[in-house]
Amino acid sequence: MEHFISLFVRSIFVDNMIFAFFLGMCSYLAVSKTVKTSLGLGIAVTFVLLITVPVDYILQTKVLADGALAEGVDLTFLAFILFIAVIAGMVQLVEMVVERFSPSLYAALGIFLPLIAVNCAIMGASLFMQQRINMDPTSTQYIGGVSDCIAYALGSGIGWTLAIVGLAAIREKMAYSDVPKPLQGLGITFITVGLMAMAFMCFSGLKI
Amino acid sequence: MSLFSKENGEIFKGPLNLNNPVAVQVLGICSALAVTSQLMPAIVMGISVTAITAFANVIISLLRKTIPNRIRIIVQLVVVAALVTIVSNILKAYVYDVSVELSVYVGLIITNCILMGRLEAFAMQNSPWPSFLDGIANGLGYAFVLVVVGFVRELLGFGTILGFQIVPDCCYMENGGLYINNGMMTMPAMALILVACFIWVHRIVNEEKK
Repeated sequence: MEHFISLFVRSIFVDNMIFAFFLGMCSYLAVSKTVKTSLGLGIAVTFVLLITVPVDYILQTKVLADGALAEGVDLTFLAFILFIAVIAGMVQLVEMVVERFSPSLYAALGIFLPLIAVNCAIMGASLFMQQRINMDPTSTQYIGGVSDCIAYALGSGIGWTLAIVGLAAIREKMAYSDVPKPLQGLGITFITVGLMAMAFMCFSGLKI
Repeated sequence: MSLFSKENGEIFKGPLNLNNPVAVQVLGICSALAVTSQLMPAIVMGISVTAITAFANVIISLLRKTIPNRIRIIVQLVVVAALVTIVSNILKAYVYDVSVELSVYVGLIITNCILMGRLEAFAMQNSPWPSFLDGIANGLGYAFVLVVVGFVRELLGFGTILGFQIVPDCCYMENGGLYINNGMMTMPAMALILVACFIWVHRIVNEEKK
């Protein structure tokens, strides 16, 4: 249980997808103009993460790993293709669900909903999971079961949501400030994210 | 149409400067930031992305008339994933140290927006040769940003270039000099700010050209 909580908190603050690994930057920069849309995208990303990471974990341990399927069969080189197929399928599913239950959110997210499939945060979480299976079991980053996967996916998703909602709030306020012309738009957004990342570095010594 | 006609020249030149994928189109930011703490991984990453974009463009361009529209994203992803698997294994075989350092970011080339963007916007409409040029040019435009950021971060963060020491030993604080490496440069946050400066300069220069 302790490991569960520490994994969860670590993946929100210390191993934050945006500030520590820059994953999912494209949609992060493009959709963070209003708080409402960014919250919607954050929830969609968290939801997709919650499904794909455990599914990829099961695939990795039961099918791909060395000797998992049959003695002497190592299919790890297929990991990229299998993971991306799972992700693309899940995104299609989420797209249908959002379209059915929240047409306004569907319209607001526009092209970025299908693009969650190519959101690096989703693929990145699966690839980090694959690395962490082989870690030392006493490490706080170790993932050893489906429940660990769920804690990790939920934490990463919430961390990503936190980052995008924070940036959207700052950008809403920033509409009133006087920024040098060549720096307007993209440039100043990068600097804002850089400053936010510095603030998040304070969490890096966090131990639970 | 000849292979090196004027239009093809335009296709090639655009992404290198005026239409740079990172600085202008804001694509492929994730890996551009993450692998640039030193120059060597930045170069390897730039070459890998260039090769993958070029070949994925060619393959999709050859298949473009046979791919059903509804499942095109999945087809594109599978083509890219196969190419990335090949590149990842090549890196592991020949430059193992760098591939360890790049860790998950090699796999994340699959979800690099430059690839999907070029496949959707260019390769689906054009024949193989222009697509190949477009892929190479966009890859090089991306590599250029990576190399600039990697160069500055390694020089200021470690005092080295490609692992060779540039700042002389006697300048350092512990040897009686006045120089300290800027540890901040090795942190992820500085990558963002350096890319912001790159965009800033890029825009000022291009503003003057117009």
